[in-house]
This record gives sequence, C-alpha cells and structure tokens, in this order.
Amino acid sequence: MGKVLEKEAFGLAAKDNSGVLSPFSFSRRETGEKDVRFKVLFCGICHSDLHMVKNEWGSSIYPVVPGHEIVGVVTEVGAKVTKFKTGDNVGVGCLVGSCGSCDNCTEGMENYCPKLIQTYGFKYYDDTITCGGYSDHMVCDEGFVIRIPDNLPMDAAAPLLCAGITVYSPMKYHGLDKPGMHIGVVGLGGLGHVGVKFAKAMGCKVTVISTSEGKRDEAINRLGADTFLVSRDPKQVKDAMGTMDGIIDTVSATHPLLPLLGLLKHKGKLVMVGAPVKPLELPVLPLIFERKMVVGSLIGGIKETQEMMDMAAKHNITADIELISADYVNTAMERLEKADVRYRFVIDVANTLKPSPIL
Amino acid sequence: MAKSPETEHPNKVFGWAARDKSGVLSPFNFSRRDNGENDVTVKILFCGVCHTDLHTVKNDWGYSYYPVVPGHEIVGIATKVGKNVTKFKEGDRVGVGVITGSCQSCESCDQDLENYCPQMSFTYNAIGADGTKNYGGYSDNIVVDQRFVLRFPENLPSDSGAPLLCAGITVYSPMKYYGMTEAGKHLGVAGLGGLGHVAVKIAKAFGLKVTVISSSPKKEEEAITQLGADSFLVTTDPQKMQAAIGTMDYIIDTVSAVHALYPLLGLLKVNGKLIALGLPEKPLELPMFPLVLGRKMVGGSDIGGMKETQEMLDFCAKHNITADIELIKMDEINSAMERLAKSDVKYRFVIDVANSLSPP
Repeated sequence: MGKVLEKEAFGLAAKDNSGVLSPFSFSRRETGEKDVRFKVLFCGICHSDLHMVKNEWGSSIYPVVPGHEIVGVVTEVGAKVTKFKTGDNVGVGCLVGSCGSCDNCTEGMENYCPKLIQTYGFKYYDDTITCGGYSDHMVCDEGFVIRIPDNLPMDAAAPLLCAGITVYSPMKYHGLDKPGMHIGVVGLGGLGHVGVKFAKAMGCKVTVISTSEGKRDEAINRLGADTFLVSRDPKQVKDAMGTMDGIIDTVSATHPLLPLLGLLKHKGKLVMVGAPVKPLELPVLPLIFERKMVVGSLIGGIKETQEMMDMAAKHNITADIELISADYVNTAMERLEKADVRYRFVIDVANTLKPSPIL
Repeated sequence: MAKSPETEHPNKVFGWAARDKSGVLSPFNFSRRDNGENDVTVKILFCGVCHTDLHTVKNDWGYSYYPVVPGHEIVGIATKVGKNVTKFKEGDRVGVGVITGSCQSCESCDQDLENYCPQMSFTYNAIGADGTKNYGGYSDNIVVDQRFVLRFPENLPSDSGAPLLCAGITVYSPMKYYGMTEAGKHLGVAGLGGLGHVAVKIAKAFGLKVTVISSSPKKEEEAITQLGADSFLVTTDPQKMQAAIGTMDYIIDTVSAVHALYPLLGLLKVNGKLIALGLPEKPLELPMFPLVLGRKMVGGSDIGGMKETQEMLDFCAKHNITADIELIKMDEINSAMERLAKSDVKYRFVIDVANSLSPP
C-alpha cells in the first residue's frame, strides 16, 4: 500500500489500466512549515487525467488519484508561509515540486526542471507518490500554490490551472500576444476554447481550425472567434494560406502538419501543445523556404501561471464547464474520450465527494 | 521560329549543361542579354559545385528545365557595368550567389530578404525577369542586376571563397536569425559536408563550442584538427549519444538524406533549437514529446538576403574563413558529380572556370 502519512484523505483513484475510478482512502503529510493545506472545492478533468488513468503513456503507477486543476479554500498554513492565509481562495495546477536551483527554476520555468514533480503520479521528497485533486483536500508547498482572484468563479477558473497556462505560456514566450496579430487555434476542446478566449483578450484576430463544420457556430457566436476554417476543405485552407502569425495546435491525435504550415505567414510559428504519442510527419520544405518554425510547449512556470490567472480575472476569462458530481466521473471520462463535452468537466468535489463507497 | 539558347540573346556564351536526368554535363553554346543599365557583366573565374547542382541536373526535385547550366557559387571580375550601377566598377572582383532576381518591392525585399520574395528567381534553372531561362556559373560569363552582385573582399581568395556564396550564407543566416551566435554556447553541426564544414568554421569564429555530429567515425580527426571543432559525436555510438543528451543549445542540421530527428532533439537543452537546412526528398518524422517537454524548436532557413550575404563575406574575410576545396577542371565535372553523390569530397569541388573552360 505504500507509506502512510499523518493525515487521512479520501478521493477517487484508478486501480488499473481500465481507468475506472472508485473511492480510495489514503493519507497526506501534515502541514509542513512551507506548506499550504486547503479543502478542495472543485477539480477540472484534464485529458491528461484520462491518459494517465488508462496508462496510455506507459508511466502510470497505480493507484492513480488524478486531478491537476484544483481549487479550494485554505484551511491551514505552515509557520514559514508568507503569501497565503486561512480562508484564501487558492489553486494548484500541474506542478508541486522542482529543484529550485537549476536555470529553469531560477528563471521561473519550473515546468522544464529536470526534477519537476507533478501533482499526481510522481515520487515526492518523502518517497510517496503524489495524489491529485480528485480528493477532499490538498497540501502543497507555497511555491506552487496560485491565488485565485476574488472575481473569478472557482469552478470555472479551475481548468485555467492547466488548460489556461498551457495556451498562455507559448503565446507570451513566442510573442504571439500582440494586438492585431492573427492567431489560429487548432482543435476546439478544453485547450482550444480557452486559447480562443486568451487570444481575443490579447487583441488578436482568431481563426478556429477544426476538422468539423459543426463547431463553426459556437466558435464564432459562443467563443468570439473571428473566423472558422475546416482543415479538411482544401479551398478554405487555400484561401487562408499565408495569413497567420501563429497557430496554437491543441490536437493530440495524429494529424497532418502540412496544411497548418501553409496557413502561417513567413516566419510564422506552429506551437504544439497537444502531444500526439506517435511522431508526426514534418514537411521540411515550408520550414526552409518560408522560415517557419514548429515549437513545443508544456504548461508554464508558477509565476506566469499567476500572471495568467490575474489576466483571466481582469478580462473575465473562465473555462466553459460542465459541473459534475463525483459519482459521474467514469461517465465523464467516457464522454471525454469522445470529445463530448463543452469544454471541460469540473468535479464538484466539496459537495459530492464522499468517503463512503459509491453504489 | 522559336529561339534556341544560342540565339535568344545577342551575346554568345559558352558553358557546360546537363541535357536530361542522367545529369551528365557536356559543352553547351548559349547566349546572354546585353549588359543593361542596372547590370554587371562578370567574367567567371571560379564556380563552386553545390549539392543542389547535382540534384538539379538529375531532376531529383522534379522541376528541372533542361538544358540546365548549374552553378551558383560564382566569383569573377566585373568587365562591364551599366550606367546606373554605383556599387561596382570594371575590374572589381565580385561574387554571384543563389539568386539573381526578385520583385524588389514586397515586404521581404524591403527588408533585404530577397531570398523570401515570392517572385525570387534563382541564378539557374529559373525564369528571369525578361521571361527567358537563367543559366548559371558553369560558363564563361554572367550578366546580373547589381542588386544581386556581391563585392568580394580583398583578402578572400576567389577559389576557396566561392562556396561561401551558397554554403556560407546558408549557415550564417540562420545562426544570426535564430540567435545562435552567443559566445560560449554549444552548437552541434549534424553532417560534415559542404555546409557542415563551413558551419563549424563560422561557429568557431562566433566563439561557440562546436560538436560535429556524424555517422562516420572516420571524419573525427579532420573535424577536430583541421576544422577546429571541439568534439565529435558518432550517432551510431549509443553510449556517447546518451552522455550528450541535453548538452547543446542549438543544432544546425545539414543532412539532406531522410534521417531521424529524435536523437538530435534529445541532444538539445531545454529551449534548444534545431535548424534544418538539408532538403530531404520526403518529410521527416517529428516526435512531439521531446518538443513539448523541452520547449524545443525545429525551424528552417533558406540561403540569405543580399545584404546579409555581403555581411557574411565581410565576416569571413575578417576571420579568414574559406571553404576547404578541391579545385577541378571543367571537363572533370562529371566524375566530380559522381564523387559528390557519394560524399567523396573534402568538402567542396570548385571549378577553375577561367583556366579550363574553353570552347571545343
């Protein structure tokens, strides 16, 4: 069963690669001097959670308690905590630890630290495996806790802790955040819909690029995209060739890059934030003859996650969510696999996660 | 009656051309335009043999218009200059590289990036502004708009300086554009041929640490002792590749055959950049996880604009950078091409045009 820590906790865990989640009792450490302890109110369901409970990346250590879009209320802080106090609205995203001393950490990019510790499924300093936010409470080092601004609804803010920072970070890093720029967003799911909102808030013109015509209405009327383009329609792609400064590609399935590269202007950047498991075909000629780039990005550092959250508060950006009870989580996972959600499930943890078995 | 290459222009020119995709070159009579008011006529002294010449004579890329007179690493003497030409005078030593035309009015041209102009025309195997075919530097002279002529610095030898006009700018431009010139940073150069060996020299001049990445262990000694690389990494040695993981700030990938990107991406540090310069016939496989987990980048680059080509020549002159060449006669070109196809050259053939090209 593993090492037992000082405080009891309960949550939902997958016990094997069927990915089915069921009630799970476990333990968390007591509040250390730099820790923040908080009661979990809501937790977003990220597509990564689905990959991990089913061991699709081959790295899962069961039992897996997923969840890295966690928001709640502080119940206790350690003696050396300065940034938070009991009663604060806080969140934790994908990271709960890093080395603190490498170049990445000192530059505020803990997400690229070779010793980073993710919120669930990773070995922590006390030799236990981290457990995520599908649970009643969390304890986390202050350095990885995010303040949730007062004007953001907690449930709809939760997905920003992963989806939000995942699109925000590369837009800032690659300079794709300037008013008037034309940004394409490929895929309209959890990442994509938040990408549209941030890009619009940055003053960009936004084109949603999708394989299905069916999403046009909501892209434009619900999310505020300026235009919509079906990537399988050669004419629509041809008409938009060479018009985009950057494209945020959120698609995690295998898909062709050639049409996307064609949509970029010279020097344009194709940012890959979805992570297809198999290699994609890379046509090299557009990179050479039009000096285009394909870049990857992984979530973001803690400082910029806070910056992202503050920007979201300023522009009233939240995720479009479907709030579910804890006992719906397996059905939600099945629907997520079919992309049947607009656009993020969020578990109402505080009101529906119970320690007793679910019938 | 359609005009032949010999009659379409007023001035007779002699060169060597490939007539079909066998790629075999042989003597060829053709003609060039009169020297216009913006033109410089160049008597050709030397012309480098670029791998692109080989691809084009064999129609590897499917758009060769035969007969093809290749050659875009040209050094010679200006023999005529038009009345609007201000930058050159008769007797100047000049160079002509990969492009000899562009629209001169688009955003790219305005930024001195003629190489990215949608109407850019190549020195050979392309249609020029007058609607006729361009013929390259395997010939006795060439007539070029002054914008596309380069001043050849005094201390740069004509023969070993010639390959800089393509190989040199092809590696120099991305090194500047992608910020790969910070002294002390670590550059990997994949492939040690015409492009690769010049990349090593230019990188060392910028103060970079340089590792040559190659599949041929035999190239190690030369890479280090002759070219000045700091280290050499054999891609087929798993232990050495493992030890080098995450050590390079950038990689210039000059390999034109289809090859695996995964091991190269692994060599990069977080935020590392891999710049592809070789032109493989098929798309490469791009693994996503290394790209995403390390915020790495794959980019490309295509020669350079005229202003930065001149800057590159001046930089090379200042640092005494030339190509390592094997000088050949014009009638040795076919066996040179065969050897080039097997990468059997250290590291660029250069044709001694003035001394060996003569009409039969």
